[in-house]
Amino acid sequence: MTFTVQNREEIAVTIEKDAIFFRNAVKTYATKISMGLLYQTKIITAASEIVRNLLKYGGGGKAMIETVTDGRKVGIRLTFKDSGPGIPDLDKAMSDGFSTGKSLGLGLPGAKRLVDQFDIRSTVGVGTTVTLLKWK
Amino acid sequence: MEKIPILKFGEFLLVTIQVDLYDQLAENLEADLINLVRKHHSRGVLIDISAVSIIDSFMGRILVNIAKMSKIMDAETVVTGMQPAVAITLIELGLHFEGVYNALNIEKGMELLRSKIYNLDEDHDIYSSE
Repeated sequence: MTFTVQNREEIAVTIEKDAIFFRNAVKTYATKISMGLLYQTKIITAASEIVRNLLKYGGGGKAMIETVTDGRKVGIRLTFKDSGPGIPDLDKAMSDGFSTGKSLGLGLPGAKRLVDQFDIRSTVGVGTTVTLLKWK
Repeated sequence: MEKIPILKFGEFLLVTIQVDLYDQLAENLEADLINLVRKHHSRGVLIDISAVSIIDSFMGRILVNIAKMSKIMDAETVVTGMQPAVAITLIELGLHFEGVYNALNIEKGMELLRSKIYNLDEDHDIYSSE
């Protein structure tokens, strides 16, 4: 499926406080397309989970916010890129309760449940890219 | 270092989170609360999150941890004012709020804390009179 990008912004995420700035930026974009409060909360929460991984495992990276449309619907697409060590076993990382750290292991699978489209690509030694899409 | 203020209110500790939460801030709150429960021999902790628009798995886990730790130290925890969108999102995320009491607002939360502690004390009395 091809999407048309209507608006784009890239934000560097290197420290925890950048996460707040990013969350607020997503909120601004979501409000602009008059996304409902529940969907806003869902995508921002999903973004919060991914940003944590980006900081904790990827050593920081870039987060991009886009307003996209497929011609009928409008939504928010978020892309997170890091140049960290990558994830050796994606299936495992995507399963509930799996964590290499001390967390609950809800981050990736939880984020996936909160959005309409979820994509993760990872190459060991190169980095990880996560894409989230939520229609309004 | 940024901190969330904690108020002592009789035998309770009262926290109203009015800022955007991030991990370090939540972790500081957890440590501060546990220390104050010990210092003041508090019997209850009330955390109002009505101004919090995002709670993800990490912050949610901190709230559960606070409740569990307080419980070990003989204090009950009530979380009040959770926004509906936050509640729905937490469930979908897969986080279970085990061991945390919830109330609609601070007033109801206070009532709940008092009833918990009052009932517990009555139980103790029954034991001591035996």
